[in-house]
Amino acid sequence: MIERDYCYIVLGMGVVTFLPRLLPVYFLSGRTLPGWFIEWLDLIPAAVLSALLLPELVTTGMPRLFIPYKLDMIVAVPTLLFAIKTKSLGGTVVTGMGLYWLLDIIFI
Amino acid sequence: MIGTYMKDKNYTGGLLLEGLLASWPVCLGYIPIGIAFGVLAQKAGFTPLETGFMSLLVFAGSSQFIAVSMFSAGAGAASIIATTFVVNLRHLLMSSSLSLFLGRSGRKKLFVFSYGITDESFAVNFSKFKGGDWDINRALIVNFSANIMWILSTVAGGYGGQFIRPHSFGMDYALIAMFICLLVFQLKGPIYIFTALVAGISAVLLSLCIPGNSYIIIASIFAAGIGVFIKKKVR
Repeated sequence: MIERDYCYIVLGMGVVTFLPRLLPVYFLSGRTLPGWFIEWLDLIPAAVLSALLLPELVTTGMPRLFIPYKLDMIVAVPTLLFAIKTKSLGGTVVTGMGLYWLLDIIFI
Repeated sequence: MIGTYMKDKNYTGGLLLEGLLASWPVCLGYIPIGIAFGVLAQKAGFTPLETGFMSLLVFAGSSQFIAVSMFSAGAGAASIIATTFVVNLRHLLMSSSLSLFLGRSGRKKLFVFSYGITDESFAVNFSKFKGGDWDINRALIVNFSANIMWILSTVAGGYGGQFIRPHSFGMDYALIAMFICLLVFQLKGPIYIFTALVAGISAVLLSLCIPGNSYIIIASIFAAGIGVFIKKKVR
């Protein structure tokens, strides 16, 4: 059994997470949007992916500290080169995992 | 055999296969994080059912980690929900970009689709949509296979995470490697590279100054804005 209070809180969490996912796709799809806005939306993925990725690679801890030589970052360099060279998603994932696994064993 | 099936775009098996081929890095990457979350939740006193319930209703990794630690610290309902809202607000941007490709989809499908928008499914689906030859049905398979994997991994972690070794084979690095490659796919010209650099550098700087993860949304809005501005100037 799930406790009732817990149920309500998780339900609330679900609603506030769902709305930002739903509203743009629901109301913007199929509309004629201004040109600058389309250009902006087109740049958003490159921006979001980079904003998600880079802090993950070079910061650590809570509060965050700048550590540019983390294993994550060291592995990212050959992984990036592999991705640019091959344009293969599966290959890049396997290569990144393999290098990370290997270096993790060597360094620890 | 598979080749002939794939040519018939309406064949369900081919559709499923295409969706799964696109989503496997996401699914793989969710396993170690999901198990880690399940273990954490179990240690905080959550039953596997409660863990699975949260994974089903919220389906957003980092906010779930934060919520569990807030629950253990005895935080109130309002502050847990408000924090979840702020942490997950970044999906607003992803949902907006995806809307560029979903013009002809029915409302009901959009409703179901939006539930599964995560950082990872968004990254995969956007790059597929952009390459053409992708539609909401295939995107739904990506979303739901990721969703199922997330729920299963978190529940498994809750049942006996201490006996599973999720950190083997570099699985912790699957999502990072995936993001690296999907970012490379996005860099189709100088303006994209410029925008990504501005976003990455400002995200790092902001992440060092402000707590939480609002740096993602701020850096992205800012960088894409600068990108559009530069594009206009150059033209």
